[in-house]
Amino acid sequence: MSGQSAERKQPAGSLPTEQILSWGRYPQLARCYAHKPAWNDQVPAILKDAAPGALLPHGLGRSYGDSCLNAGRELIDCRRLNRILGFDESTGMLRCESGISLADILDTFLPKGWFLPVTPGTSFVTVGGAIANDVHGKNHHCAGTFGDHVHRIALHRSNDGLVVCDSENNPDLLHATIGGLGLTGVIAWADFQLKRVAGPWIDAETVPFQSLKTFLDLSHESNDHFEYTVAWLDCFAGKNPRGVFYRGNHAAEVGKEFHTKRGPKLPFALPEWILNRYSVKAFNTAYYAFHAAKKGAGVVPYGPFFYPLDSIRQWNLLYGRQGFLQYQCVVPEANLEAFEELLDLIAHSGMGSFLGVLKQFGSAAPAGILSFPRPGLTIALDFAMRGERTLKLMQSLDEVVQESGGAIYPAKDARMSSAMFEASFPHWRSFVPYIDPKMSSSFWRRVTETE
Amino acid sequence: MKKIIMLGATSGIALEIQRQLARRGCELILVARSPQRLAEIQTDLVARGARRVLTYSADLACIRQHAGIFDFARGMFPDLDTVLVAYGSMHNQKDSETSIDVLLEELQVDFVSAAAILNLFAADLERRRTGCLAAITSVAGDRGRRSNYVYGSAKGGLSLFLQGLRSRLYPSGVRVITIKPGPVRTPMTDHMPHASRFADPEHVARDIVRALERRSPDVLYTPKIWRYIMTAVQLIPEIVFKRLSF
Repeated sequence: MSGQSAERKQPAGSLPTEQILSWGRYPQLARCYAHKPAWNDQVPAILKDAAPGALLPHGLGRSYGDSCLNAGRELIDCRRLNRILGFDESTGMLRCESGISLADILDTFLPKGWFLPVTPGTSFVTVGGAIANDVHGKNHHCAGTFGDHVHRIALHRSNDGLVVCDSENNPDLLHATIGGLGLTGVIAWADFQLKRVAGPWIDAETVPFQSLKTFLDLSHESNDHFEYTVAWLDCFAGKNPRGVFYRGNHAAEVGKEFHTKRGPKLPFALPEWILNRYSVKAFNTAYYAFHAAKKGAGVVPYGPFFYPLDSIRQWNLLYGRQGFLQYQCVVPEANLEAFEELLDLIAHSGMGSFLGVLKQFGSAAPAGILSFPRPGLTIALDFAMRGERTLKLMQSLDEVVQESGGAIYPAKDARMSSAMFEASFPHWRSFVPYIDPKMSSSFWRRVTETE
Repeated sequence: MKKIIMLGATSGIALEIQRQLARRGCELILVARSPQRLAEIQTDLVARGARRVLTYSADLACIRQHAGIFDFARGMFPDLDTVLVAYGSMHNQKDSETSIDVLLEELQVDFVSAAAILNLFAADLERRRTGCLAAITSVAGDRGRRSNYVYGSAKGGLSLFLQGLRSRLYPSGVRVITIKPGPVRTPMTDHMPHASRFADPEHVARDIVRALERRSPDVLYTPKIWRYIMTAVQLIPEIVFKRLSF
């Protein structure tokens, strides 16, 4: 009911701070104050009043580590900046504010026959977050990353106001903002391309596999005929992992009725003993058996195909009070032995999880300076945070990845060393000039060892 | 419910209500001060399915501007069926205690101007013997509390006004709904302690839209638990209550 109230302006010191956690609920950093602008016209004043390096835009907080956090400083919570500012029905070009979620876009535009050009494994991310992390999805091999479909953005900058960036005006700033971890400014709005689909259905196929080699064969064979490919992997199986390969295309059928259901919600953090190597092994065996039995083709709704975990709200609480770390790396395909070594290390640690996701990236040029996807195999795994031994395991995985010429995904990271960051993004220094002087993040200070 | 005028269209709860009405294909007139913000929500609501969205820029606290709003609404929607008062202001209680200007402004915005514009639309609906008048007041209006009684008394006054109006319009079949939200996570409450635990505006808006659509209780508490909380709060004897500092 702010409609008539004088807009308050108070120094951040007198306002309540919050403990803000990222999706992994680790690390639990110092409290910070969150600005919550409801209108784009309020953002310039927030930027103007802030101290250098004080701010970071924040969306739905689905980054796993500390890239969406700004310990002891301030965040700009962009979730109220969630309006659709224009849509061209003939071309599918959408203009929206940065805090709108992909779920909201699907709810509005899928009934009209439009789908996201690229979508990550959850729809609960904002457009701003999708750009800032240059997210990828199951169609990376043919569609590239989210940033590849962004035509134009308007960026609030603390020093030069609202800057419009596209391929003609400020292309460098656009290139820096895509994958720029929110450090280049606050995205006021973005124009990006939706794509035509017949309906919400996917022609999906499930193929069990029992070795890395079979996975690669499946992946190569599917890339030309399937828009979406991804695999689930049982990381307890070591060098010759079993898994389930999923591939699919948008179905041509239109007719069937379709309802999205709101799923259950985990009410609180589960006790930590629930997840142990035996329960997870049992889960993985059951999961494999269940999906291997279901092998074959069928038509499925888009929700379970793209967003299997979105149906359980707050599933991150599964990992208990200490939270969890996600490890996502990419390893060049030429270094398959390195990949096998990773799997071996994980299997022997006994700390693996049930969420091993495997995908072969395509060879598209990166859309941003700090874009993560590059040709190779990427794997994402969750590890419950169990203190030093979890961090040690990840450190040893880092060594293998670094040796192989691979990289770690900042959106998932809470602990990589500055050396590992340097190895993953050797040209990160060319990004630095584009950082807005008022912006910083816990992640950035950590990996660049700056204050 | 097809043609609705939203008085205070840029308020946190109104924004959510409007989205849900848009999804139902309603036609809306949005009234608020900022033409630029009105234009932004207009585009958004049309994209989300609203059949027609018209905007009118005015300061609702200023009663002289009410006639213009009313004429616009009648001209555009001769068959207007729902009027929702969604604007309000909540200053720091301490400021109202020390500044007569702040005190009077709060009463002017939350009670005087709201009663005036409701009265204007009431006459029209009464004549046409149809429609629904609704206003967002607050649970704070159910009892005068030390920490928030200026806002509370303005909202409580508005609740009483609506109660009388409901009785007056009952014979003509016009519904009057008093909406009493508990604390909601909106820009108005961001500065309050524990704001992150307040109700989700989307949830509150869902309750309100449901109440507008159906024959519903005359007084809507949202989230529902506030009906019970406020019943309990009202049962506390004054001799005890005056000692409480909340």
